[in-house]
Amino acid sequence: MSYSQQVVDHYSSPRNMGSLDKSDPSVGTGIVGAPECGDVMKLQLRVGSGGRIEDAKFKTFGCGSAIASSSLATEWLKGKTVTEAYQIKNTEIVSALSLPPVKIHCSVLAEDAIKAAIADYQNKNAQAAAPVAP
Amino acid sequence: MLTFPIFMDNHSTTAVDPRVLAVMWPYFNEKFGNAASRNHSFGWEAEKAVDRAREQIAQLVHCDPKEIVFTSGATESNNLALKGVVEMYHDKGNHIITAITEHKAVLDTLKRLEKTGITVTYLDVDASGLIRLDALAAAITDRTILISIMMANNEIGVIQPVAEIGKIAKSRGVLFHCDATQGVGKIPVDVQAMGIDLMSFSAHKIYGPKGVGALYVRRKNPRVRVAPLIDGGGHERGMRSGTLNVPAIVGFGEACEVCGNEMVQEATRLTALRDRLQGHIFKGLDEVYLNGHPTQRLPHNLNISFAYVEGESLLMGLNDVALSSGSACTTATLEPSYVLRSLGVGSDLAHSSLRFGLGRFNTEEEVDYVGQKVIQAVCRLRDMSPLYEMAKEGIDLKSVQWTQH
Repeated sequence: MSYSQQVVDHYSSPRNMGSLDKSDPSVGTGIVGAPECGDVMKLQLRVGSGGRIEDAKFKTFGCGSAIASSSLATEWLKGKTVTEAYQIKNTEIVSALSLPPVKIHCSVLAEDAIKAAIADYQNKNAQAAAPVAP
Repeated sequence: MLTFPIFMDNHSTTAVDPRVLAVMWPYFNEKFGNAASRNHSFGWEAEKAVDRAREQIAQLVHCDPKEIVFTSGATESNNLALKGVVEMYHDKGNHIITAITEHKAVLDTLKRLEKTGITVTYLDVDASGLIRLDALAAAITDRTILISIMMANNEIGVIQPVAEIGKIAKSRGVLFHCDATQGVGKIPVDVQAMGIDLMSFSAHKIYGPKGVGALYVRRKNPRVRVAPLIDGGGHERGMRSGTLNVPAIVGFGEACEVCGNEMVQEATRLTALRDRLQGHIFKGLDEVYLNGHPTQRLPHNLNISFAYVEGESLLMGLNDVALSSGSACTTATLEPSYVLRSLGVGSDLAHSSLRFGLGRFNTEEEVDYVGQKVIQAVCRLRDMSPLYEMAKEGIDLKSVQWTQH
């Protein structure tokens, strides 16, 4: 299979590859996929005090398209509010990376990873904000 | 001096040896006769060339030249053997025994035959890829007409105990077909000593041209008969009609002769290169696993799983080297290699496998380059791998609840 230039670019120079401290309450972590299926994505985002995503990182086990999808997702996440981030659609990733039909599941996984990271962040902060028992 | 890309996928195909190509040339335009033309010199010349090739081929596998039936390649040979035997021997039985790690040219053909009322037993293999002879013997019934087991596996290079299989087949009066596509020309093959009744192989795996192969069909003890797939003209003793591909057959013959003459030196050289490559990789990386039997394998085969790294992304990082992977992403079916799965290799490690197929034209310099390049690519992808990070944190990946998709 030949890869689009965008996929090759993200594969050769991945953006925001790495990890954030998953115990930090301002960090949301999403891990989706399964090793048996050949792809696992970890996507993390840190939400600043203004409610905007200040940083995002990924690590991915998977094909070039999976790596590119998660790399691109971290680029898009930075600067967005959590609500805006939630709107990111896998189809936008497909067109930005010119993914062929057989690789659409990589973009779906990236969207799932974003949603899982947001859910983790909200979960942590819902607990933190919960009223302290008298 | 290295030239790129480096070809290290010699199980898929090989370059035509210049010595082979040289003998083929005249048969395209000077000596272009039809080998079936009996009444002029063009035909005689072509027939003579085909006869010589038949002898060269027969010598390599220790059979009579008359027992060689030319086909378009090993896939056709496998089809002819299986379908031809089923049609010819249907009054004797309807049961065939094979192994789950066979090539698709055998498995898919058997799948089709199953729809026509043939029963097939698929033998399991052990963790090294070998079938169990007692399981084979136990699977034979009075309805069994054929055992079809490959000589050497195309992914993991494991060499089956062919002579023992031949003995069992003979003692039980069952025909033995062997798909020897990966074995012929690489390791000694003797259809007499191995008790093989039908054998498929092809030219392009042994530095000959694509589009030509052979089916060995035993003529004595027993005399084996196969019904043709292709009718018209009765060429090849009625088993395969159609004008012979003379230039390709000439090349096939020459390729066999070269392999026969150089087999010992070539196998020694390729084993050394393979071991060198394996040594580089195992020294340079942790958590790498050899797939298939450690010693009972083809001299030029190396199949390795690199934990925590997915095969297709690894191939992307090795874009100046031609290799193949057992990863799902490199197949049309999105399933990881069924051969590796049959050995009990987990899906995760099957996704992480690379197959190296060394060949006549690979050099030590290339092996050193590829070894280094693989190590770099794996390290880079492990840095990027959440699985590697988790494993290093001491998390047991098997205990994690993954989200299947």
